[in-house]
Amino acid sequence: MPTKKENNKNASIKDRKCNNKNGITAWERVEIARNSNRKTALDYIKIIFDEFIELHGDRLFKDDKATVCGLARIGNQNFTVIAQQKGRNTKENIERNFGMPNPESYRKAIRLMKQAEKFNRPIVTFVDTKGAYPGIGAEERGQGEAIARSMFEMAKLTVPIIVVVIGEGSSGGALAITIGNKIIMLENAIYSILSPEGYASIVWKDSSRAKEAAEVMKLTAKDLYDFKIVDKIIKEDKEFEDVALKIKSEIKKELKELQKLSSKELVEQRYDKFRNIGEYETYSKKV
Amino acid sequence: MIVDKIKKRDNKSIIKKDNKVDIPEGKWIKCEHCKEIIYKEVLKANNGICPTCGHYFRMNCKSRIEIIADEGSFKKFNINIDTVNPLKMQDYKEKLEKFREKTNMDEAVQCGTCKINGIETVLCVMDSNFFMGSMGSVVGEKITYSIEKAINLKLPIIIFSCSGGARMQEGIISLMQMAKVTEALTKLDKAGNLYISVLTDPTYGGVTASFANLGDIILAEPKAMIGFAGQRVIEQTIGEKLPDGFQTAEFMLEHGFIDKIVERNLMKETLYDLLRLNGYKKV
Ligand SMILES: [Zn+2]
Repeated sequence: MPTKKENNKNASIKDRKCNNKNGITAWERVEIARNSNRKTALDYIKIIFDEFIELHGDRLFKDDKATVCGLARIGNQNFTVIAQQKGRNTKENIERNFGMPNPESYRKAIRLMKQAEKFNRPIVTFVDTKGAYPGIGAEERGQGEAIARSMFEMAKLTVPIIVVVIGEGSSGGALAITIGNKIIMLENAIYSILSPEGYASIVWKDSSRAKEAAEVMKLTAKDLYDFKIVDKIIKEDKEFEDVALKIKSEIKKELKELQKLSSKELVEQRYDKFRNIGEYETYSKKV
Repeated sequence: MIVDKIKKRDNKSIIKKDNKVDIPEGKWIKCEHCKEIIYKEVLKANNGICPTCGHYFRMNCKSRIEIIADEGSFKKFNINIDTVNPLKMQDYKEKLEKFREKTNMDEAVQCGTCKINGIETVLCVMDSNFFMGSMGSVVGEKITYSIEKAINLKLPIIIFSCSGGARMQEGIISLMQMAKVTEALTKLDKAGNLYISVLTDPTYGGVTASFANLGDIILAEPKAMIGFAGQRVIEQTIGEKLPDGFQTAEFMLEHGFIDKIVERNLMKETLYDLLRLNGYKKV
């Protein structure tokens, strides 16, 4: 168990390293993002919001605890919160399936995001997952459909959506709740097409080359910022509470800007953000 | 008719494996299901369906377009784009060139307009022979472009999926193509154009978790393997063998995720019927 003093900090390899951003490798960030002492969504929610009431269930099959949803408030502003939640100990991890969502997570998120639209509430999502759960039941109940539908419904929402990537953002399981107007990412969070192990195993047929994979995958906050996917990086050079409060002020700031847009403009802004991802050159050879 | 071709097949064109006949390279192919050796021309005439056991061979783009589009009606969109290799992966560009030589295609999807028994539609066909049909920035852009074309031309769109998922070599940019294509589909939805998604063997990963599952109507070929997570990954995660028939088209139908399984030989007529019943007319 971490000591009380450590509890006050987010997971990091060494403070010295964290303060020296040039000295930290992509793999080290992977290790920080995955560290079992790293703060989880509920830790952030507790500090960022003045109030939070959890709402359960997808109304179709069950309540998947790998995602926490609910109503929240900052000052006079109400929010709908969708958060991928890892466990903070073994018991919690089993209950929350190690933060790996089944389809019901996405269907719960869709239900509550549509409700947010009905009551004109902005949405904040917290991304932190190794990926959607690869299991028999998940496939039987349409994991692919659930992820696709979540993106599809988010893309249409007429309320502001702010995404905060706090830990691991891996594969379609993370992307499903990333279709936001603004994406904020913590300095030591990662976001990738797949885990570095999975990547190395597919591309090089050797999962032991994960470390190497992490360096080429461009999965750090800085990489995503350079690709214009992430809009804002939040430094993790202070105590955990300070970092959480920094997220809070960013949410307030971004929301203020987004609230200047009409419903139609919000949808368009989100469309343009994702429509323009991908760079090409002309293919000259005749095929 | 195709059915006639099956009945009238020349039995001499099929040689039992244990006959130990020398197989001339390129002219013959073995059915991995029944192990029969089949003359390629016979297989082609039979739309890539094994004349002995009915096994569906994977179909390349060209053959697929031939059996779906009215003869000579397919007009490819003029989009000549290439990836900028965002991860600067060694040998990625060389690999792409190799696939281009092998398949005579520029990327893993071909997109254009065509007619199906006279009804005009946008058609996108993925090809697993090209980089396992994986979706990188070019595939994502081409499909997005096709959806936007369908909106502008007021046409329906049919996408034949056949893909291992997002293309690893382009990392996060590939993943984001799922979001991009999905965004485009919301516009198509709003515009009121019909989207028919056809799942063929294999449809996995990022393609399953985006446009393949978002059709107004979703069809699949019999026994096509369709899923989100790969079977090896699932087995490693849960530590047990997967049940028979898991992640097949029939499994998807049983669990309510597709509208209909359609035999390859009936696909064109079925698509025609669906277009017609959705109010699209011959031009
Ligand atoms: Zn056969």
